[in-house]
Amino acid sequence: MEDLLNAFFLMSNFVFVPAIAYGSQLALGAVGVTLVYGILRFSNFAHGDIMAFGTMIVILFTWLFQSYGINLGPLPTALIALPFGILATAIFLLGSDKFVYKFYREKKAVPVTYLIASVGIMFVLNGIVRFIIGPDDQRFADGERFIIKAKAMKQYLGTAEGVSIKVSQGLTVVTAVIVVVALFWFLNKTRTGKSMRAFSDNEDLALLSGISPDKVVSVTWILVAILATIAGTLYGLDKSFKPFTYFMLLLPIFASAIVGGLGNPLGAIAGGFVIAFSEIMITYPYKKFVAYIVPGDWKPEGLVQLLATDYKFAVSFIILVLVLLFKPTGIFAGKSV
Amino acid sequence: MSYLIGENMTGGYGAADILHGCNIIAEKGEIAVIVGPNGAGKSTAMKAIFGMLNIHTGSIILDGEDITSLSPQARVAKGMAFVPQTANVFPSMSVEENLEMGAFLRRDDIGKTMGEVFDLFPILKDKRNQNAGELSGGQRQQVAVCRALMTQPKVLMLDEPTAGVSPIVMDELFDNIIEVAKTGITILMVEQNARQALNIADKGYVMVQGRNKFTDTGEVLLNNPEVRKSFLGG
Repeated sequence: MEDLLNAFFLMSNFVFVPAIAYGSQLALGAVGVTLVYGILRFSNFAHGDIMAFGTMIVILFTWLFQSYGINLGPLPTALIALPFGILATAIFLLGSDKFVYKFYREKKAVPVTYLIASVGIMFVLNGIVRFIIGPDDQRFADGERFIIKAKAMKQYLGTAEGVSIKVSQGLTVVTAVIVVVALFWFLNKTRTGKSMRAFSDNEDLALLSGISPDKVVSVTWILVAILATIAGTLYGLDKSFKPFTYFMLLLPIFASAIVGGLGNPLGAIAGGFVIAFSEIMITYPYKKFVAYIVPGDWKPEGLVQLLATDYKFAVSFIILVLVLLFKPTGIFAGKSV
Repeated sequence: MSYLIGENMTGGYGAADILHGCNIIAEKGEIAVIVGPNGAGKSTAMKAIFGMLNIHTGSIILDGEDITSLSPQARVAKGMAFVPQTANVFPSMSVEENLEMGAFLRRDDIGKTMGEVFDLFPILKDKRNQNAGELSGGQRQQVAVCRALMTQPKVLMLDEPTAGVSPIVMDELFDNIIEVAKTGITILMVEQNARQALNIADKGYVMVQGRNKFTDTGEVLLNNPEVRKSFLGG
């Protein structure tokens, strides 16, 4: 019995809790991608670097506040800096739309043109972020580190294993829930949100109904700014901020959006958790877990690891390829790629 | 002066003209029907009246006002409503949300209009929370017409409303259209089912190759031997 409890704690500590946190971060990123795909009808390859840009502004303001001695007690100071990051990112995105995407909209370009344009914006953001904050790791989390510590839990319960839950992980889940609920309320209950869904559904009919395409586009970019900055900040607080890592996040984020069904925000959230759990569960060494479950003589020799952790992104990639091959519209049947 | 006048319309989608001096006139509360063989320019004439097509000669006059230079969205604001032949609903949104989007330009309370529209089409009232994409073809056409009615238009233009619809549903749709016309809305309709359409028409326009060939009341056209021979099947 105690072995099973230890096994559960082990899995919670190394798989469930991290996967839920990582899944929430991916979900927020994937919703941003899926909104752009559904409403603006192109794949935004700059999304990872938009997250990096937003997070960078948040970090700079966090350092500013920290130097003034302002802090939030047990919570990270980055939360106060968040609105500034969102504002800066929104201004950048609206600017990029005005100077880049609008040009192609007027020419009625095909979707792949916007995709390539977004790759260009990706490179520009790449450069800006590295130029301002440098390519190295930045840590900006402060305040309390843990909500529950594994050591404390082990002592309290007398078990061999315990579960750690970091403040950043708890914060991620709470923030993600709030953001998602707010987003769904906006899309389903407000006039502007419904007009955006209509625009995504049938653009010509939406225009005929008097829905302003400029307003829909602007609101979409503002939503992307909010989602990307929050996702990037939560990820940076949880792990660390490194521009290259954020660029690499593009793959699992797109995989999440596609697995869930492009254009469908609910799908993006589900996809985020599918990808996160897959990545972590397929690369986790189950040796200790198996040792707790099986009788004494059957303890495994090797690590019982399906894939090395280096291959985490390969997991997303394989899932992406499988989904595109067998069910391209994803779990929730969104628009096909 | 007639309520809706499209006079001497000449133009096309690109270099070649499709319409040649076409005239379409509808009085207030009248049902005007445009019929003709395939490729006659029926839908093109209606799109020209709505502003989805640029005519280089001719003008469109609504209630005495020249609206030739207005965009389709501006014409909607003036009281025109257009129901396209295909892709005329928002499939992932519920019937009620479709109606809300139809009334997007209105800032006042649309509850009363929605009630009136549901009275005209009672089946949709039961299905108000169902996604429009899940409805049958005939019901979807009804949603499309209702969506257009939500702006409380003065002119309702329908592009082949009975295309791809079973005969019973077609009768129902025509009955609905007559009910709508009774409320004082001018109806302009392009139809392939010429016989049934001319049956309910106050005015019929037979177009051939972008030009008016016959113009008269629906009844007279139905009994005209040349019209019957050309496409009513004798």
